[in-house]
Amino acid sequence: MAQATPKIRILQGAEPDLSAATYQIHDESHTIGNALRWMIMKNPKVEFCGYSAPHPSENHINMRIQMYDGLSSLTALLEALKNLDDLCVTIDEAYTHSMQNDQYERWDEKS
Amino acid sequence: MASSSSSHLPASVFNPRRHVGVHAERVSDVASTEFPGHYPGEDHSWSLAKFKENLKVSVKRLSQRSVEFDLVGVDASIANAFRRIMLSEVPTLAIEDVFVFNNTSVIHDEVLSHRLGLIPINVDPRLFEFRQDIPLDRNTLVFRLNVTCERIKKASKDGPQYINEYVRSGDLEWVPQGEQESVFASNPPAATNKDIVLAKLRPGQTIEMELHAIKGVGKEHAKWSPVATASYRLHPLILLNPSKPVPPHLAQKFASCFSPGVVKVSPDGQVSIDERHLRKETMSREVLRHKEFEGCVELKRIRDWFIFSVESEGPYTPESLFPESIKVMRGKIASIREAAEALLADSQDLGSGSAPGASAGPDADGDVEMA
Repeated sequence: MAQATPKIRILQGAEPDLSAATYQIHDESHTIGNALRWMIMKNPKVEFCGYSAPHPSENHINMRIQMYDGLSSLTALLEALKNLDDLCVTIDEAYTHSMQNDQYERWDEKS
Repeated sequence: MASSSSSHLPASVFNPRRHVGVHAERVSDVASTEFPGHYPGEDHSWSLAKFKENLKVSVKRLSQRSVEFDLVGVDASIANAFRRIMLSEVPTLAIEDVFVFNNTSVIHDEVLSHRLGLIPINVDPRLFEFRQDIPLDRNTLVFRLNVTCERIKKASKDGPQYINEYVRSGDLEWVPQGEQESVFASNPPAATNKDIVLAKLRPGQTIEMELHAIKGVGKEHAKWSPVATASYRLHPLILLNPSKPVPPHLAQKFASCFSPGVVKVSPDGQVSIDERHLRKETMSREVLRHKEFEGCVELKRIRDWFIFSVESEGPYTPESLFPESIKVMRGKIASIREAAEALLADSQDLGSGSAPGASAGPDADGDVEMA
């Protein structure tokens, strides 16, 4: 079935309607963990969001999301992922625009 | 008001909510508090339009090896994510396997191999695949290193005595494999810097080895990191207290507490901050050491104004490193999204396909796994 560890797993103790759940994301670290946590917190329906990297020897993070009004935390997670993607695209466009149009100092750096 | 608006700070910079306080022995207000619900009546939920309005990316300096740019309007977690990715998850090529046929130099095999691994190679990693098990021309680059040191017969007293005294990175010879010959015809793979000394030899000593370079990421070993370093600092801010001005006779001393050019002293001893040079301030906090300036000045940093400095070490041009890191970030987001969508489909299947009375969602021990 799942020989490799699944990318995301919902840990024990989650609410049946997923209004509160802990997601264990494998092969990820603070890089995506902190950024995703910030984006999930920007959702006004989220009551609580936090993440931790339980042990540095094990390469996974635990993300806890609790929602108001019995909404599903999985939809909040997906929405935050989509928003993060939009954010990356926006930054990329702004950087490319600046690279092509801004006046910046070009200097010769000797090796 | 100002003639060139780009050289002066925008008024929004003075909003105290954006400031990190820098004191003599601590920093205050480090984390951002702008989350929905924290300030009653204000809406801080995510809005792409508002983000676009506040975002400012501007490149400041560019050379062949490094780039300095400003990223304004993002949270620290995002800026840090890009910094971490540039350091450890943008792939490069580096020598991994060293087959030693003959090494009679004083440098041990493993030490020499370690040095070889750290040599930056000027090949675009996007043309290669990661190697799983089998070395192929698509995932391995082969070099040969064959150097023997000899004494120069009839050498003059002061001139060079030996041929091939130094083994340099320029002595690596590329051995084209399969398709590589045609793909790299115009730009043969080599070390980016051919003057790196790898070993020193004396007459009779030989080094003969075959080197295999593969694609990897900095996470696994620092030799695969594409940057010399990628770092950012927060834009500094110096606020003078109007109700306690700096005494004119101490104006010069005050100006010398900061980086040169940041504080302007007028002829009659009035002190002011030169906004165009404020970013040069290194926040040494020297001014907080002197009792006579207590209460005259507040040192701050602007929480969401990141001054990135990226120095490229290998094949990437410095201006392309940031877009590469954004690509890697989007790849990570996509893989998590795929997994989360599978989880969603799973839980919906369980919900709609289950018989009435059976519980939907997590099974007996609470785990909902991907199929």
